[in-house]
Amino acid sequence: MNLLNISSPHATRPGNTGTVMLTVLAALIPGIAVLSYFFGPGHLIQICLASATALLCEAAILYVRKKPILFYLTDYSALLTAVLLAISLPPYAPYWVTIVATLFAIIIAKHLYGGLGQNPFNPAMIGFALVLVSFPVEMTTSWSAPSALLNSSISIQDALRYIFLSRETIDAITMATPLDLYKHQVEIATATEIYQDPIFHGPNSDASIALGWQWVNFAFLLGGAFLLWKKIFTWHVPVSLLISLSLLSLFIGWDSDSYVPLSLHLFAGATMLGAFFIATDPVTASTTPLGKLIYGAGIGILIYVIRTWGAYPDAVAFAVLLMNFCAPLIDQYSQPRTYGHKKAVRGLAKKD
Amino acid sequence: MNMHHYTLHDFKGGIHPEQNKSQSTGQDISTAGIPKILILPISQHIGAPAVPLVKVGDVVLKGQVIAQGEDFVSCNLHAPTSGVISAISEAPVPNQSGMQDTCIQITTDGNDSWPPIKGLDNYLDAEPQALIEAISQAGISGMGGAGFPTHVKASIPASKIDTLIINAAECEPYITSDDALMRENAADIIKGIEILQAILKPQQCYIGIEDNKPEAIKALQDALKENKDDTHGIHVVVIPTKYPSGGEKQLIQILTGLEVPVAGLPADIGIVCQNIGTVRAIFQAVALGRPLISRITTITGDTVAHPQNFEVLLGTPVQYLLEQAGCDQNKIQRLIMGGPMMGFTITDNQIPVTKTSNCIIAATHNELADPAMEQACIRCGMCTQACPAQLLPQQLLWFAKSSNLDQAQAHNISDCIECGACSYVCPSNIPLVQYYRFAKGEIKQAKADKQSSEQAKLRFDTRNARLEREEAEKAEKRKARAEAAAKKQAAKKDAPPTEDATAAASDPAAELKGLKQKVLASQTRVDKARERLSMAQEQNLDTAGALQLGLDKQIEKLAIAQKNLEQANS
Amino acid sequence: MLLILISIVALVILALIFGAVLGFAAVRFKVEGNPIVDQLDALLPQTQCGQCSHPGCRPYAQAIADGLDGINKCPPGGESTIAAIADLLGVDPEPLDAEHGEEKDVKLVAVIREDECIGCTKCIQACPVDAILGAAKQMHTVISDECTGCDLCVEPCPVDCIDMLPVTKPMQSWHWPKPVAAQLIITDKG
Ligand code: SF4
Ligand code: SF4
Ligand code: SF4
Repeated sequence: MNLLNISSPHATRPGNTGTVMLTVLAALIPGIAVLSYFFGPGHLIQICLASATALLCEAAILYVRKKPILFYLTDYSALLTAVLLAISLPPYAPYWVTIVATLFAIIIAKHLYGGLGQNPFNPAMIGFALVLVSFPVEMTTSWSAPSALLNSSISIQDALRYIFLSRETIDAITMATPLDLYKHQVEIATATEIYQDPIFHGPNSDASIALGWQWVNFAFLLGGAFLLWKKIFTWHVPVSLLISLSLLSLFIGWDSDSYVPLSLHLFAGATMLGAFFIATDPVTASTTPLGKLIYGAGIGILIYVIRTWGAYPDAVAFAVLLMNFCAPLIDQYSQPRTYGHKKAVRGLAKKD
Repeated sequence: MNMHHYTLHDFKGGIHPEQNKSQSTGQDISTAGIPKILILPISQHIGAPAVPLVKVGDVVLKGQVIAQGEDFVSCNLHAPTSGVISAISEAPVPNQSGMQDTCIQITTDGNDSWPPIKGLDNYLDAEPQALIEAISQAGISGMGGAGFPTHVKASIPASKIDTLIINAAECEPYITSDDALMRENAADIIKGIEILQAILKPQQCYIGIEDNKPEAIKALQDALKENKDDTHGIHVVVIPTKYPSGGEKQLIQILTGLEVPVAGLPADIGIVCQNIGTVRAIFQAVALGRPLISRITTITGDTVAHPQNFEVLLGTPVQYLLEQAGCDQNKIQRLIMGGPMMGFTITDNQIPVTKTSNCIIAATHNELADPAMEQACIRCGMCTQACPAQLLPQQLLWFAKSSNLDQAQAHNISDCIECGACSYVCPSNIPLVQYYRFAKGEIKQAKADKQSSEQAKLRFDTRNARLEREEAEKAEKRKARAEAAAKKQAAKKDAPPTEDATAAASDPAAELKGLKQKVLASQTRVDKARERLSMAQEQNLDTAGALQLGLDKQIEKLAIAQKNLEQANS
Repeated sequence: MLLILISIVALVILALIFGAVLGFAAVRFKVEGNPIVDQLDALLPQTQCGQCSHPGCRPYAQAIADGLDGINKCPPGGESTIAAIADLLGVDPEPLDAEHGEEKDVKLVAVIREDECIGCTKCIQACPVDAILGAAKQMHTVISDECTGCDLCVEPCPVDCIDMLPVTKPMQSWHWPKPVAAQLIITDKG
């Protein structure tokens, strides 16, 4: 009889980090499905490309760092980073954009900081931001129009060609994203005029929503709700993010003749993906309950500010990265009040 | 009984681990019997160890005091059955460290003979002091886990207490000993509570019990109904099942909404908490005069064929109990004393049941899996959600891992109750509690070191002051003597010398002896120095030069000493 | 010309205002610190063994404060003490100066073999913290709680009856070590 001698607790909940990551991946499926339905197979190809790059790169780094490769690969964190990155990128971005973004995310943003759990910035968003500022042309001209607006849907061959071979005829299928369009149009036109653009119309409706995009956002919202129900993360970040974004939009941008309306803010960009899958990345977010509220609200505000007054039509990546900077500070100053204490601790201990 | 509605106050955090209680509640409590040998650690409670009153070979009767708590915060220990003291020695005791402690070993004779015992008559009218004395004599300490001497808690002035809380939550998985006790002995428990009420005179008394024990709740309520007087103010409060609602601090929070202040006691907010098992022991001690010699212990786990609750004599080795319950001891992978959340593993099945052993889990590998390899903390915050003390376990982990004790302390690591909720939920399988235990231990050690270094400094300074003072006194005396001598001289000059000057030394013999000793000591020192030198030379150390110098000096000193001695001799 | 004059005046005024603010802050938020010697002394282990070649810890603290001695001369304190002093003084930690002795990893305590003691009081005189009890020609004994393990009493004993034994830790002061899995991950960081 060889009895174990270990510290309590002896019971633990089954599962590990890999389970958490896989659950998040599973929650992404509806979003990805809707994306592909409306925008063709581009995202699926990007996902495969980014995943392969990420896994190979991660394995190579683990090898160099002399760490058990399989043990770390099966935490699926590299895979999740790759998938999040791939669905943030425009579906028909050239392959090298995706590869550069993924490599940068895994090598610089993750492993140079010490690997999973140590990275201060969201790796997927670092990769995204890098290619956004480095290759603006490719990044802004690779969003396809929703399939309903195209004569024929995009075949896999076409998609592969656009991504890997030639971008010659890509103009035929791409168009500006609705947020981009609205932002530029609103300077010269009224809301009613802008809504004339087919992208703001479902085939038979004329609501102020973006074709296809609302369903994409809805699908990500669904996935997020699933994760909330599975208690993978708490409600704090997404809710405070959406509330702060909505409030700003209602107070500042109530006039849809001069500002992007709330419905587009919530359902036309990467808002739901950002709120439920990117801002909630545990490693880089705030971890205290109060801190999460502040963190989420900060992202919401930044999204609104950058979308409205900044140079970029969508802003989730920059908003998240900027708040990543603040997360450690927020954590220090938002500690909960410990049981039995009169006041919560604020900040780090003073040295004396 | 009037129905009360209680506003329950939830506590933050908490988890819902699998209960695993039903296995051991199928049977009534049975008596485990008398093993051949009982092993009784003298320290089964918090406070000073009890001092043995018996010698090896003494014959003891059941219930006889065999070790006495001499300090106020200590507990008596009684012989659980009759027999002969066969050893008083170090033996493995229930403890995380696996270290040994002094135990009194009794070889039982099977007669199980009591000396005559008698409880207090009309105990409810007795003076509180007499009741406390009876509790103290019976050697009762908290039976829920911590083992704090009960008479100490009972001695809190009644004026300070307005609420008595009886902890019947039993929130840890697997454990059902309190449950079984309540089902079968509810009446005793109520009487025990009445005794505590007579001592502490609280305004209200709550029995906090989780809603997963419907039979026990019913039994308690029935027992209360039987009680003729329904103004006794005892209320059975059913609380939702959530771990760790049975933690003293958490139960207080649930029932009253108050928090025990940091570094304080429940008494600071007018509350005393007692475990249900303790209450029964109080009843037995006061009403029947029966000391604490047995307890209810759950034997459970997948290797046990008949998981059940036993009435166990204190000191019964775990192995004996496992045999009684039909356990396949070869299959045991992990043997736990206490629950799966806060209990500790034992590696020796001869370890005895003590006053605090509420449960023994003999688990297989499948039941409680080996700890998985630790992954990196992903800061998911699940631990923060689970922590009932409202700490930030992931921050504490960070500080404990880097041995940053200052920051760990600043983040209130000392308020961690080690409930294990955080480790339970952690997806990265980090043994968080062990990290905290490590950090807490280091902090404690650092504090102790600091204290002893301060003490040393104080003693050093005092000694220096003393030496200075002595030096000053000597100088004073010398001066006085010189003055006296001068006076004498002056006087001598006046008067003609009458006698030869007295010898310089008052006692030549003593001086001679002293000198001899000096020579001897000097000799040893020379020898030692030689030895060291030759050793250094052999090993070719570069300290040889210095040692040579030292030796020369010693030899010189020896020569002087010898010369002195010769002079004195001649 | 006027422009220059105005800017100079403005600058002077600004300088005065900021100066006043800074001066006020310096007075108002002054940190009442212990004299450096006290702080140093608090970091030393107070073993009072003299291995640093000073008669006790405080004189050594004084010597460090006066810049007369290095910070790496105290063997009982070892690396952790050196690190703490370096941190306090804002200098780089140095390795322990081996000339003064080596850091022991177990705490020692002096124990007198009492039947061999001749009661010479030599050890009492040597003990820097008065941790030895006894009178002339009577058996001596060490109060082990007060002994700092400094070793100073061993040498003077004429009959060599003092042993330095490792302190046995009571069960209560045992605590869990740092989990090993973490070390595994740290070491394979490589
Ligand atoms: S539950 Fe585990 S992985 Fe999550 S934050 Fe806490 S310690 Fe880190
Ligand atoms: S073990 Fe400590 S830190 Fe972890 S949940 Fe319990 S009280 Fe909180
Ligand atoms: S070497 Fe000895 S006397 Fe000197 S500082 Fe260290 S402990 Fe004190």
